[in-house]
Amino acid sequence: MSKYILKRIGQSLAVLFLVSVFAFILLYMVPGDPVYAMLGGDITREQYDIAYREMGLDRSVMVRYFGWLFRFVTGDWGKSFKYAMPVVEVIGSRLPVTMFLGLISVVIGTGFGILLGTVAGKNRGKLSDSFITVCSNLGAVMPVFWLAVLGMYIFSLKLGWLPSHGFSFASEPWLMVRQAVLPVISLSVGQICITTRQMRSGMLEVIRQDYIRTARAKGLKESQVVYRHAIRNAVLPVVTLTGMSIRNVVAGAVSIEQVFAIAGMGSLLMNGILSKDVAVVQACIMIIAIVVVLSTLIVDISYGILDPRIRIK
Amino acid sequence: MNQERIKQWKKFFRRLFSRKLVVVAASLVLFFIIAAVFAPFLTPYGPYQQDLSNVLTKPTTAHWLGTDRSGRDVLTRILYGARTSLAIGVVSVAIAAVMGTLLGLISGYYGGLVNMVLSRIIDMMMSIPSLMLALALALVFGRNMGSLMIVLGISTVPTYTRLMNVQVLSIKNADYIMAEKVLGAGNIRILFTHILPNCLSPIIVLLTANIGMTILAESSLSFLGMGVNPPTASWGGMVSDGTTQLLINPVFALAPGICIMLLVFGFNVLGDGLRDALDPRLRGSI
Repeated sequence: MSKYILKRIGQSLAVLFLVSVFAFILLYMVPGDPVYAMLGGDITREQYDIAYREMGLDRSVMVRYFGWLFRFVTGDWGKSFKYAMPVVEVIGSRLPVTMFLGLISVVIGTGFGILLGTVAGKNRGKLSDSFITVCSNLGAVMPVFWLAVLGMYIFSLKLGWLPSHGFSFASEPWLMVRQAVLPVISLSVGQICITTRQMRSGMLEVIRQDYIRTARAKGLKESQVVYRHAIRNAVLPVVTLTGMSIRNVVAGAVSIEQVFAIAGMGSLLMNGILSKDVAVVQACIMIIAIVVVLSTLIVDISYGILDPRIRIK
Repeated sequence: MNQERIKQWKKFFRRLFSRKLVVVAASLVLFFIIAAVFAPFLTPYGPYQQDLSNVLTKPTTAHWLGTDRSGRDVLTRILYGARTSLAIGVVSVAIAAVMGTLLGLISGYYGGLVNMVLSRIIDMMMSIPSLMLALALALVFGRNMGSLMIVLGISTVPTYTRLMNVQVLSIKNADYIMAEKVLGAGNIRILFTHILPNCLSPIIVLLTANIGMTILAESSLSFLGMGVNPPTASWGGMVSDGTTQLLINPVFALAPGICIMLLVFGFNVLGDGLRDALDPRLRGSI
């Protein structure tokens, strides 16, 4: 097991190294002068020359890259010309918002997905199975941003039950909860649908196994058969899906934060791209990649713990 | 021989359309293709035709889905938006499939260092959510239809590379491949004459389902303002424009979203149907 963990950590570090190379060369791939791409067009000649030397553009690419990587690892992520403050401070204020909304979405998405998938799998061919299957197939293809707009139209503008924009930890608690409802639901619907389909598929496979027949023959109640044996085995692929869902949730956050005007990582990345604030874009890509790689690593390791067959292999 | 081929095709289509849901999905896709191709004949308005005296109107007999804030007919823009979505979806997937298949073929066949390096690059691309990768690449390539196709194509390459890699690994040591090597066949001949044709079925399935996902990605980029440039009609852009006008004409924002959902659903179910028709062992559970 420790060999497996060390191998996965090594692979994750290799991936993050390649992400850092991509994030670094992004500056030089953007059309135009890299100094203007970093600082914006409105600078003087002296500022240009100072920035040119500070960015190490008078040195070789390898020296520049390792200098940038060292600064990144030690917490110096450059300065945002749009926000006129260090990038680390800008991200520090926005990352918790996206992580908070994202994690709640993943938990809700996975929980409801397992529940609905179990119901659908257990009642194959019945009305509940057909209804859940059709809804999950439709929900899986629903554009996240459109769902957010639909939710805003119905629950904010028409019914007036929920706020139509904003989310902040500084809001009073009940307002914060109400502000989080629509973004979280919009983000979690896709996850619910994908998890439901996987769980249903897993249940259909597991429920036909010999050990399930044996459990029933032993006289166990149906609920014991389902909860003690079927779900535990059917839920294993869902663990892998949960790791992938972090990617989907982070991607969805970009649209959701635009719709609900939330100051999170998604909207920061969008603003960075639109204003060509390359330092912000580089840092956002690195942070997002670290989050995704870390969550995938945790999921892979936990899969080995949950399924003894993986450990023995 | 021709008779045999015709028989095989008939059997294939019978298997493909044996499920009602696949028939519905194929009909949906065909409907949108017809709407896109014959758009100029289906509506009396042009996609850029403005009527500033009829701005943000609700659905009427003259404008079935109302008008937007430039007085353009919403239904017309939706029909022309189908062209944008289908064109970008098909071309991007074609780019991704060709590049990904070639890379997967090479890395799977040659293995070793080539496979290791390519696998890490693929892992790197997959560690960045594809929408964000597409946004970062849009920063480099710019915002026009051609660049968007390239950007979406590149961001989807990893999926095809991984699939092709797995396929090649499973058959490259097969007896008939070994026999070809013994007979003196070169690597290029083996790759393109024997390995590639036997690995194409899953690629075709993925390709069909991926068109839907690419259309979804394109509409997300357009919603965020990083898709096709206005005034080109695009469904995502229409949802974005319509968001600020929800109380005046909600159809403007909601109708394009329904179209995106139906078209993506159609391609996804068609992809599932193709999978079942090409390999019954992989029969899905829809």
